[in-house]
Amino acid sequence: MIRRVSNVVEDRAGGASFMRAALRYVFPDHWSFLLGEIALYSFVVLVATGTFLALFYSPSNAVTVYHGGYAPLAGQEMTKAYASGLSLSFDVPAGLLMRQTHHWAALVFVAAITMHLLRIFFTGAFRKPRDVNYYVGLTMLIIAVLEGYLGYSLLDDLLSGMGLAIGYSAALSIPIVGAHLATLIWNGPFPGTDAFFSRMFIAHVFILPAVLAALIGFHLAMIARPHHTQFAGPGRTERNVVGIPMWPGYALRSVGLLLAVAGVLFMMGGLIQINPIWLWGPYHTYQATNGAQPDWYLGWLIGALRLVPSFDVTIGDYTLIPNPFWGGILFPTLVFGFLYAWPAIERRRTGDHAQHNLLDRPRDAPSRTAVGAAVFTFVATVFFAGSADRAFVQIGVGYEIQVWIYRALTLVLPFVAYWVTRRVCEELRARELALGTASPIRRIRRGPGGGFTAPGA
Amino acid sequence: MSAVKALARGLWRYLVAAILVVFGRRRTDESSEEGLVERDARSSPRAELAVAALLGLAAIAAVAFVLVYVASLDTQLLGLAFGLALLLLAAAAVVAAKAVVVQEERIEERPGFSHPDGGDSEAVTELESTIAGAADGISRRRLLGAATGAAGVALGAAVVVPLASLGPSVDDRLRANPWGAGVRLVDEKGRPIPASVLETGSFLTAFAEGAPTEELTNAVVVVRVDPSDLELPPDRSDWAPRGILAYSKVCTHAACSVNLFRKPLYPPQSPGPALVCPCHYSTFDVLRGAKVVFGPAGRPLPQLPLRIDRGDLVAAGGLSGNPGPAWSGVRES
Repeated sequence: MIRRVSNVVEDRAGGASFMRAALRYVFPDHWSFLLGEIALYSFVVLVATGTFLALFYSPSNAVTVYHGGYAPLAGQEMTKAYASGLSLSFDVPAGLLMRQTHHWAALVFVAAITMHLLRIFFTGAFRKPRDVNYYVGLTMLIIAVLEGYLGYSLLDDLLSGMGLAIGYSAALSIPIVGAHLATLIWNGPFPGTDAFFSRMFIAHVFILPAVLAALIGFHLAMIARPHHTQFAGPGRTERNVVGIPMWPGYALRSVGLLLAVAGVLFMMGGLIQINPIWLWGPYHTYQATNGAQPDWYLGWLIGALRLVPSFDVTIGDYTLIPNPFWGGILFPTLVFGFLYAWPAIERRRTGDHAQHNLLDRPRDAPSRTAVGAAVFTFVATVFFAGSADRAFVQIGVGYEIQVWIYRALTLVLPFVAYWVTRRVCEELRARELALGTASPIRRIRRGPGGGFTAPGA
Repeated sequence: MSAVKALARGLWRYLVAAILVVFGRRRTDESSEEGLVERDARSSPRAELAVAALLGLAAIAAVAFVLVYVASLDTQLLGLAFGLALLLLAAAAVVAAKAVVVQEERIEERPGFSHPDGGDSEAVTELESTIAGAADGISRRRLLGAATGAAGVALGAAVVVPLASLGPSVDDRLRANPWGAGVRLVDEKGRPIPASVLETGSFLTAFAEGAPTEELTNAVVVVRVDPSDLELPPDRSDWAPRGILAYSKVCTHAACSVNLFRKPLYPPQSPGPALVCPCHYSTFDVLRGAKVVFGPAGRPLPQLPLRIDRGDLVAAGGLSGNPGPAWSGVRES
């Protein structure tokens, strides 16, 4: 049987030796290498559950009167989009399970990508030959965040409408072109027309997932070509990779992870309520709810929008740059700009243009680790500032005071994080050097004066 | 002392590495595969039984899912059964991976991409000459290059232009709003609003009569305060009959609905009455023409001058500024 299949592969594609090499491909073992796989498997669950949802969702903001299974909203005017979301939750068999699993999977998807990004950054895995793949990964993170935002906006409940209003304002705030861009996307002034909902739907279920799938394929191919990175250890060099072969050991482990991710997501989807849109009610431009929070991966943006003090850039009495630009456009542009630029910045700082297949431990590159910790702290502080209204309700510290504290913290904490991280890395390394257990992998450079330096140490 | 220890440690590491290399080579020679350093094909009978049991349980959970789907459609039970089936399968796969199938460790050589001494490798040189070789014998290279560039740019522009059919151009549609002198304020159902329904300290939402309520520039929030507290700009002194004020309800920051009215519980100590947007907590001073007193909004809420006509609220003029979020070119106030 196996021989017959192998023969088919060889006779039709001459692929037997290629397949054998693929089956013996070596995966080095470390728990942190699984973060990207969790993201991949969340994407699988997203496509599966999303396909189910797309069969019932209706992308239209035409007004209808609700007569579905949720009695408290019976007789209310709402958009067809919101009504189909309610019908998915109450009338379609297993619809709520699929909707909630899809939502949880989206949250886990972005979380896993973010953790994976942190792993890649702090271990130096973005260095040549993997810098291009790092840019692809960053691009996928941006698309994933946008995809999630579109996903919960499609439902047209009160919260998602508020989110779209903010998105519209951020688009509108882009200097010079903003108004044109926003009316182009929304097919007119907010809240837009039916066409806007079709566009969101097509973008969410086709364009962005197709782009993501293509980039995932490229990402995996670009991992396999130079082979996986590995941490330094006995027998592990820049020119080899030590670990478990794909078949059978790693394939079974990885299938196990896929099933575990899917199992946990479906259990969450069944047991833990998320985004109960029937409680928020339909969106109207003249309504809003207090204590509104977006999905977690937009927390940093709502935090930024809230922290910026009141000012527009004006010429005379005319606005040039409206306020949402700072938190909604400039802030994420700078954060991602930093992430995209970092490999080049590090090459320039260290003069290191070599190929790297062995990973750094964070302490092995104190400078990079400290810069990364500072930027992470900055974004995290802004993220937590986004929850100040909730904290006000929970612990009673005044909202305005909290915002002033957060404004100060965003300016101070990154420097503290930089200094502390750098010291910790250097201390850890110094202790290892004293004990003789320091990682021996270190680039030593000889300067023009004849002295030796270890960049980043 | 520590130097001796470090030396001993280093020697030990090299010894281990050397042993590993020798050991690995020898094992490689024995097995048929290059790079194989460890191969243990002893499966544990207990683990095989465990995998079989987990697979059986997974099948039971999957059947339970189908039964729940047929019988009750309870979301919790559906999620529990299906999730459990997947998790049991996952457990079976992991136990099989770690204790049933052959255990191996392998060393694989990486493909070397760059020239080890730096500089361009032979492959790069050959690739370059292959690509560049296409242009051998062409004399007007710059002319052809420029012409191709011009055609490409023009065609690219032509491809992008149809994107403009996505939406209407920004004419006065962003500035248009339904308010003007004589427009009656109505509630959600289109009924006029008598001034008498507003007590001091209360607020409600109103719309321009005859205009769609979902239009962003329509809704206004109407509040009533003690007229003696008002500190409106001098040119707005008659905009608030009986202390009744109307402001655009759409936040000038990010278009959320300004839905919160902060009414001082004990005026001597509390901050004054204010309209607050629940999205980013821009706070507008009701008594001073909705001036921004906290939060990110860059502009005040436009004010609607009011008069009372036969007991009902009517606009005495247009909004004082452009309602809704700002863009390049809109007036600040």
